[in-house]
Amino acid sequence: MADATRSAPLQLPVGPIGRHGLGSWGVGTLIATEAALFGYLLFSYFYTAAVNGKGWVLEPTPPLKLALPNTIILLLSSVFAWMGEHGVLQRKRALALTGFAIALVFGAIFFAIQILEWQAKPYQLGTSSYSSLYFVTTGFHMAHVAIGLLILVALFGWTLLDYFSPRRNLSVSAGVLYWHFVDVVWLFVFATYYLSPYLGFGT
Amino acid sequence: MREADYRTPHFGADSVEHRSRLLELWETSPGIKGFFTTVDHKMIGIRYIVTAFIFLALGGVESLIMRVQLAGPNGTLLTPEQYNDLFSTHGMTMIFLYASPILSGFSNYLWPLLLGSRDMAFPRLNALSYWIYLASGLFLYAGFLTGNGPNDGWFNYVPYAERAYNPGLNQDFYALGMVFLGISTTVGAANFIVTAMRTRAPGMSLSRLPIMIWGTLTASVANLLVIPAVSLAFFLLWMDRQYGTHFFDNTEGGQPLLWQHLFWIFGHPWVYAIVLPAMGMVSDGLPVFCRRPLVGYAPVAISTVATMVLGFGVWVHHMFATGLPAVSMSFFSGISIVIVVPSAIAVFAWLATIWLGRPVITTAFLFFSSMILLFVIGGVSGFMTASIPVDWQLTDTYFVVAHLHYVLIGINVFPVIGAVYFWFPKMTGRLLDERLGRWNFWTMFIGFNLAFLPMHVTGLLGMPRRVYTYGPGMGWDTLNLVTTIGSFVLALGVLLFIINVLKSLRVGVPAGANPWDAPTLEWAVSSPPPAYNFAVIPTVASRHPLWEARLGTRGARSSVDQGMLLDTGKETLGTSALNAHPDMVLEMPKDSSAPFLLAVGTAVLFVGLLLRQGVTVSIGTAIAALALLFWLWPRQELREREAAHG
Repeated sequence: MADATRSAPLQLPVGPIGRHGLGSWGVGTLIATEAALFGYLLFSYFYTAAVNGKGWVLEPTPPLKLALPNTIILLLSSVFAWMGEHGVLQRKRALALTGFAIALVFGAIFFAIQILEWQAKPYQLGTSSYSSLYFVTTGFHMAHVAIGLLILVALFGWTLLDYFSPRRNLSVSAGVLYWHFVDVVWLFVFATYYLSPYLGFGT
Repeated sequence: MREADYRTPHFGADSVEHRSRLLELWETSPGIKGFFTTVDHKMIGIRYIVTAFIFLALGGVESLIMRVQLAGPNGTLLTPEQYNDLFSTHGMTMIFLYASPILSGFSNYLWPLLLGSRDMAFPRLNALSYWIYLASGLFLYAGFLTGNGPNDGWFNYVPYAERAYNPGLNQDFYALGMVFLGISTTVGAANFIVTAMRTRAPGMSLSRLPIMIWGTLTASVANLLVIPAVSLAFFLLWMDRQYGTHFFDNTEGGQPLLWQHLFWIFGHPWVYAIVLPAMGMVSDGLPVFCRRPLVGYAPVAISTVATMVLGFGVWVHHMFATGLPAVSMSFFSGISIVIVVPSAIAVFAWLATIWLGRPVITTAFLFFSSMILLFVIGGVSGFMTASIPVDWQLTDTYFVVAHLHYVLIGINVFPVIGAVYFWFPKMTGRLLDERLGRWNFWTMFIGFNLAFLPMHVTGLLGMPRRVYTYGPGMGWDTLNLVTTIGSFVLALGVLLFIINVLKSLRVGVPAGANPWDAPTLEWAVSSPPPAYNFAVIPTVASRHPLWEARLGTRGARSSVDQGMLLDTGKETLGTSALNAHPDMVLEMPKDSSAPFLLAVGTAVLFVGLLLRQGVTVSIGTAIAALALLFWLWPRQELREREAAHG
């Protein structure tokens, strides 16, 4: 075909460069579907609360003594994960390793405190629909924290092996993005279970 | 800037040496190893299609047994319990194990060919979605075969499904199996979305996408967002049953209606997810036999998306009889009526295409065009139940059963069989027998309508659904007998189809690359296509790359014999999301055992959960985690990491 169109020769990146690659889209779809999952969990909370009416929430003033500092610890862990990513981008491996390590430790502390928080609750999984929702929703989040921690371990190990560079680091940006997601979701769970009763919802 | 990071791809023409280089890079390794490790979308697509048809046959046999039971009053072939097992398993099979996977199969096979690419965006994920589909299907059927199939209908209402009323393992098989299957659907949806957005041929802007891509893309976005609702619902049900939680039982503040909300928030968008891709098949296939482009491409594409958007707001019409507030019902009734508009746009576009074209009557044309009629019948009977008073009259009667079969058989099975007649030559290199095809079509069409058209009347006369038998003298006897006869005629038609496929595989007329003289890219490659699909990456200049000369397309023409060679590795082209400009060279993964191992690990995990064996759960989790680590380990050949440092 003489007049066939043809894309002009261009210099193209080969494989993922930085965040630019299909992997970022893949993580995006994962986050979308996971966000929907938490959306349905919170929908279940608000629906069940609305139908049951006053007195459904077993703790009208959920204690924040552990939960609030723990929320801050989780958010800080996100900041350190971000620091680790920037260590990779700036070719500062020590910074990267430090960032991932602290993020990992803070994440693990969150996990441990959350277990204490569970033990301190005056109700169990099977006490009522409220307690079932509380434990299953925070449990789903804990499972995501656990997976996120494994991802941080992998990122730490791969950085230790010096796999990444300012160009080749999609695994890092994808993994850290997932960790941010786990932290942001917690804010919604926290606001629903710990803060909304103070506004009078379901109490 | 290092050489390895950026490159200007070589342009050139197709040649024999070039093709042999590509074949070496792309061909799946032979034998048993290749069987378990292949990531070739064409092999995966065909597996999906074959597996889904096997489930269709199983579901069909189940329905025939039920129809014998219901042929006359006071049937004694089945006990009430067996009947419960059968109708529930029939629904589960047809809706979850056939209707959606069959479309995934076609999309898996066709997408890279339609898009001018060499594989899906995530080939290993594609393999995973098949293995999980197969494993979860076997898991669900293991329940049925051990007498533990679902037995509360496919939508499984609580509190019947709670342990107090249903103490066996039936519901645990079903609940866990559905969560398991959800993984397959979700990863498949993610793969379709990224594939459609990032791996199109240069020039294939969004306005040049085949409608089938629009259909599956729209369905995939919906699946990504609604599968979690049903997976969560089934998981919570399992928790209720096994760990004494109170989500859906009516004690301690549990809410049985929460199940219905979560189920139908998923369920109604899902209905569109299992028809929109099939409607896309008709939108792409029918015009080929009308010898003209589809009338109203843009309205049809937009109404595909609009149907889905509205489809998120209609779920409560399944719950009109549950005593919800009138305001809520009015809203959902309104949306359920409005959703008729985009569907009607598609119907008029197809009719106009036939009207303005010069139809060539082939078997595929018959299946595609008859779908329009069946769609209108199924659509109107659905639209009737959008009206609340009518719904109250008809709910839980056979009218609804007739409606949903017009939708699922009319808008899924008929287009799918048409699609087999249309694309079988591409997949196998041989045409299906047209003479047998006519017998196949007319038997199915007559049988289907004989079975399900009178069923509307059965419902209007008040026969409730899900009853294992009925007494004589209520005016239902003859109608039920007719339905039973029709269902056997329909089954005979499906049998003729299977015979045609098996026969044509061996002795069908060789097809050549483009037996139907069709316009889209999949017909530009040989039948069956080589492992790498396209020797050079095509460039697309219009919606109908192979019809440009006759349509007198102005300006530049598409090119399929010259383009980027990309033969220095297992590579294809990544393009920008909106305009499909060349954006990056994609390094594609080779055969991998990770997807299979991950599916095995997940299967072990689910068996462990079912039996509540901690050890089995741990083993499964460990296998899955290791497989995932192996999968995600950054690889140099995929440019995910730098060369090992010394």
